[in-house]
Parts: sequence; C-alpha cells; structure tokens
Amino acid sequence: MLARAAESLFWLARYMERADYVARLLQVAGHMNAVRVDSDRNSEWESAIVASGSAKAYFAKHAVANEPTVIDFLAFDRDNASSIVNCIEIARRNARAVRTALTSDMWEAVNATWQELAAYRAPLSPDRLNEFLDWVKARVGLFHGIVANEMLRLDGYRFARVGQFLERADNSARLLDVKYHVRLPTVDDVGGVVDYYQWVAILRVVGARRAYRVLFKGPVQPAHVAELLIIRTEFPRSLAYCYQQITQHLDAIVSFEAKAAAEAKRQAHSLYADLRFGFIDQIIGNGLHEYLTDLIQRNERLGTQIAKGHLF
Amino acid sequence: MTVSKPCFDEMGWPGEVRAPYALIDAWLKSLPPEHQAMKRREAEVLFRRIGITFAVYTEGGDPERLIPFDFIPRVLAQAEWQRLRRGLEQRARALNAFIHDVYHDREIIRAGRVPEKLILHNSEFRPEMEGLDLPGRMYSHIAGIDMVRTGPDDYYVLEDNCRTPSGVSYMVENREVMQRLFPDLFRRNLVAPVAHYPDELLATLRSLAPPNCVGEPTIVLLTPGIYNSAYYEHAFLADEMGIELVEGADLVVSKDVCYMRTTAGLARVDVIYRRIDDDYLDPLVFRPESMLGVPGVHFANRAGNLTLTNAVGAGIADDKAVYIHVPEMVRFYLGEEPLLRNVPTHDCSKPDELRYVLDHLNELVVKAVHGSGGYGMLVGPHASRAELESFRTLLKTKPQGYIAQPTLALSTVPTFVESGIAPRHVDLRPFVLCGADRIRVVPGGLTRVALKEGSLVVNSSQGGGTKDTWVLES
Repeated sequence: MLARAAESLFWLARYMERADYVARLLQVAGHMNAVRVDSDRNSEWESAIVASGSAKAYFAKHAVANEPTVIDFLAFDRDNASSIVNCIEIARRNARAVRTALTSDMWEAVNATWQELAAYRAPLSPDRLNEFLDWVKARVGLFHGIVANEMLRLDGYRFARVGQFLERADNSARLLDVKYHVRLPTVDDVGGVVDYYQWVAILRVVGARRAYRVLFKGPVQPAHVAELLIIRTEFPRSLAYCYQQITQHLDAIVSFEAKAAAEAKRQAHSLYADLRFGFIDQIIGNGLHEYLTDLIQRNERLGTQIAKGHLF
Repeated sequence: MTVSKPCFDEMGWPGEVRAPYALIDAWLKSLPPEHQAMKRREAEVLFRRIGITFAVYTEGGDPERLIPFDFIPRVLAQAEWQRLRRGLEQRARALNAFIHDVYHDREIIRAGRVPEKLILHNSEFRPEMEGLDLPGRMYSHIAGIDMVRTGPDDYYVLEDNCRTPSGVSYMVENREVMQRLFPDLFRRNLVAPVAHYPDELLATLRSLAPPNCVGEPTIVLLTPGIYNSAYYEHAFLADEMGIELVEGADLVVSKDVCYMRTTAGLARVDVIYRRIDDDYLDPLVFRPESMLGVPGVHFANRAGNLTLTNAVGAGIADDKAVYIHVPEMVRFYLGEEPLLRNVPTHDCSKPDELRYVLDHLNELVVKAVHGSGGYGMLVGPHASRAELESFRTLLKTKPQGYIAQPTLALSTVPTFVESGIAPRHVDLRPFVLCGADRIRVVPGGLTRVALKEGSLVVNSSQGGGTKDTWVLES
C-alpha cells in the first residue's frame, strides 16, 4: 500500500485512541474530586495532567493545576496537541488524506464525530462535560468497532492496529507512573484512604474495577494494580496485551526496507518478551518508576523505527 | 438584477408543461410543502455526512462549504440528448485533433485558418510537447464542454474545458442523493443511469497506457492534497475506480520511469490522472518552486513510459480567443459541419470588433481570455457605471486579452427558493471521455443553477447550486 496511506492510518487510529484516554482521565479526575474530603482539591487535576503526558506544556502556560484550567487544557485547548478537540481534528485530517483506504462507515464515523464536536464549546457545565466525555468514549468505541468489523485484513488494518496499541501502551504506562509524580499530602497517608482512592482511580480510568475483582479479588493493592496494567495479557489495556498485538501485526506486514523493518520487529519482540516473562515483584523491587520510564522511551523509539521501516 | 428578455423555461413554466417534465410535474404536485423542507434538510445532512464539500479556504468562515443542491431535476428527452451527444463527440474529436496539430505540423496555421500569433504567443502553448506522439493522438482525455440553452432547439457551447474540468462527482452524487431521498421516482427506470461514470473513466484511462507499458497499466490519481477545493472529487473518483490517490511526494521518477512509494517498496506507475495544473506538475520543466508536482514526470512521459491525463499543453485549446475558431477546426479536421454552435463572439484584438464592443458595452458580456470561474468578467446589462468604465479602460489598453459576447437569455428550470418554486437560470457541463479506443459520454452532465433571481452566474464559487440531470430513456 501507499506509504503515506499507511502513515495516515497509523496516526488516525493513534489519535482516536488518545482522545478516548484523555476523556477517561478527565472523567475520573472529576469523579475523584467530587468525593474528596481533604483540603488538597487540586491533586486529581495535577494527576490528570501528569498522566496525559503533557505536564511540561501545561505548566509552561499555567502556574497551577485546578479544575477549570485542566479541563480546558485537556479537552478544548487548541495549543495542546493532545487535547480532545485536537485529537479529533488530527484524526479527521488523517482520515481525509486516506479516504480511499477507509471503508465508508469508518470515514462517516470520524467525519460525523468531527462535525458534532462543534456542538460542545468550553466552558461546559459539569453535567454537560460528563455528557461530552461519554460521547467521546462512545465515538471512539464506534470507530474501533468499525475497524474491527469492516477493514480488510491487509497492511492498512495492521498499521491502524499498531498505531492504536502503541498509543495505548504509552497511555497505560503513564497512567501507572502517575503515582510516582503525585505526592500524597503527608507521608502518613501512604496506605491511607487517599492513597487507596488514587489506586482505585487508576483502575477506573482503564475501566478495570471489575477486571480487578475477577483476577485478584479483595481490596485494591498497588502491586496487583501494577500487575494488571503491566503483565496480564488477559487485560486488553495492559502493556503485555498491547505488545502481543503490536508484534503480531508487525510480523504480518510485508516490508520493503528489510533491515529497518526487521529492527522494528526486533525491538517490539524484545519488549514483549520482557513483559511476558517479567515478575511483578522484581519490577517493583527495582523501581516501578524507572521501569515505566524506560518502557515509555522504548515504546517511543519503536514508533520511530516503524516509520523508518515502512518509508513513512 | 433581472434579464429583461423573455427566457425559455425548460419545464414550460408558467404555461403548459413540456413533455419531458410530465413526471416531474406530477411528482411536484404530489409533494406536500412541509415534506419539501424536510427533504431539503435531509439532503444537506447526507451531503455533509458523505463529506461532499467544496473547500474555499481563502474566504474565512466554514472552510468546507456545501454546494447548494436543488432537488428538482433538470430533464432532457432522449432525442434532445442524442443530438447533444453527437455534437459533443464531434467537438471533442476536433479539439484533440487541433491540439495534436499544434504540437506537430501546424497545418491549420499553414492553411491560414488560425492565426499563428494566437498559438505560439499563448501562455498555454507548451513547446516542451512539440513532436511527441501520444496514445490515440488524444490530449484532452477528460473534457468538460459547458453548454447553455436559449430555446427548445437552441444550444450553444459557452466554453471548452480541456485541462482538468471538475464537477463530475456532483453529477454522480446528486443522483445518489436523489435516489436515497425519492426512491419512488426511479422505480420505473425512466432515467438513464450515471453511476457507471467511474467505470467509463477507468476504461478510458486503461486505453491510454503508454507505449512501454507491459500488461495491465497501473493507474493513479494525482491530487494537490486535502486543501484543494476539489479534493473530495479526487478521493471519490480514485475510490470508485479502485486506484491509488497519490500526492506529489508519493511519486518519484528514476531513469525516466515513474514509481509510487509503497510500504513494500517502489511500484511502477503507467498512467497518471492528474488534477494538478501544468504549471505545478513538474518543477524540473515548469515552475521550479512547485511543491505539488513530481520532478521528472514530464521526461517519463516523453520517454514513452508514462501517460499524463490530461496531456500537458491541452490548455491551448480552451483559451477563449482560440474558442472562436473551434467551428473552423471541426470543418478543417473532420470535414464536417459543426453540430454545436458557438456563442457569436467578438474578438477584441480586431480593431473594428473592438469599436463595436466599446459602443455596445452595456449589452455585452466581456470575458478575459484566460479567466475562469466567472472572475475577470463583465456582464454589461448588470454592471455599474464604474465597472463599465474600468472595463472600457482595460479593453483599450489590452484588447487582445478579451472577447465579448451578447448576453444570452439562458433557459430556466424550476428551483426551490425562499418563496417557493421559481425559475432559475441553468447551464450544463457534460463530460466527454476521449480514450485511445473510443469516445465515451455518460448521459447528462452537471447542471449548475444560478440561485439568485435573474443571475446568470452559475459558478459554485459565486453562489451557484447544482441539480440532478436526467436523460430520459425513451
């Protein structure tokens, strides 16, 4: 297929996935904030910014992270490349550039999302905001569903899936790493109520409250949350699952730049092997933050290598 | 702004309904008014969802505008269409023969039928094309011939578009939307289909494979990209034909062979249906600063490894000063009498004609020889005194840059407007496909309608709309 079309499909799926993740982050931050009893009412908003991977850009513009500015930044700010509005805009631009590689339902799903977006203008009331975030999740779900049901299993489909799962791996890693960045009010709070709710919040973002109960039972424990998000292939938002998908799709793509593409495959398989055969105790023992930081960097390098291997 | 002369209404409004419109008349009478408004909204939603937009990025506002669609069809009887079709084929043959001649022996100039100056000093003349033989001797493979009508049997060619005429996607999609909105209207199969246009186009492009092509040609559509106003059409046609939609950066020429960059390496390309102007096509030959084109593509063409449609230099035939000579081309190359008439045209480069034009400026339409899209044009009867004066000056300083024509009383077709149904002026752009094997014309074409009362300007960039165009099967 046309290299430019492969690239556009890759980014189309990636930005749709990102829009979904940012919507989830905002929803959980709002929920956490509503049930908070202590005085530090801004920490959830700071967590959301950190977990979105845009802390640098945010703090260059705003001094503090509070509810209205974070919502605006993550949902509507045109200056934030990863705001929901921008994600949808960029996704649609990529879709438009490869219209001939999309099924008509795929195109109409992206195009209608982009059109309906105009109906949501900042600032939104809390009810309306929630409706907006639900809508974003539903639209992205629709999109990925159409991809699954309609696309021919050729290279175009595989590039879209690789884009989606690279993005998801990045998101899950950042989400888990948020606990490193957001300090608890006091040292005594470790293992306390606030700490507990923060771990629960992480599960909520990835929609894994029930998944946790099925796999681990009992109260939420940090090590189990880490295990779920990192190495459990049963859970479709875990890093291991993402890499299972990435390796599988990369292996099936016929490539021209044999050396560069082989290097992309090697990197992906090496990462997958680490995840597949890792022990959670060891990962935590060696430092979860260091582990996740390394993973985020390798994930990013893989993205670059895929572009090289396929003439993007 | 109304045209004072009485106009021919194709439906017969307000008098007796003309025969081809009997079906439309019965249908309109059965359509309750509240239904009409609802269907108009439905149509708009359909167009937006499908993304059939016409992008105008320079003027602010919604960059992706819809061209207003009026759902009262414009109807031609089969006999009316057959006459037109024969005329269109004849004209397209003559135009292609002319372009071939211009880049070869220039017999028409030597015979004194067309002035040499008009060709060799024309900015659309491309000396790079001299002596090159093209498949089937065809240059303008996709030609849009703009027609107007002033009476039951009076058709005129307004202009020929020999380069990259657009609008054909509207012809196909207007029908598609009409069928979705009013399926009952089509149940009796009275209307000739148009949905096979992309198949006909593909067959045409296949017939044009270059001399060095082995086996089935690989065909691509070259677009300037998503910001081009006709991008939707490019994507639509590529999709319908099942060919790749490429941008300049996707193509590369090596040793006079053109390739596209795919994830599996370079793949040879044999035919490019390009929707980029000559000027931007090949920075090595034409404008060096062009980012849209493909360096070396012209040499691949010259080496017989690639066909470009439409051919470089085809624009020499659609210049408005050259237009005057098209009937003569039909006689000269085909030995036939032209079936389609030209609008009587004054060549302002001739002193006596210029004098006439200056004396009758308020009755005439003056057009810049190289203008298009309804710009650079004066409609005498509707012009202000200041506009008349500015054109008077232009004509005196650069008479060779203009032609003038009488204001025609363009035919009207009933159209939905604010106040209900009213007659509005229309034109017609049929698309003539000229392959190396034969000429193909899909029945009908794109009908454009001037939505403003009395207005004669149908261009979509200036508030024109479109209609579904029906050719009745019998």
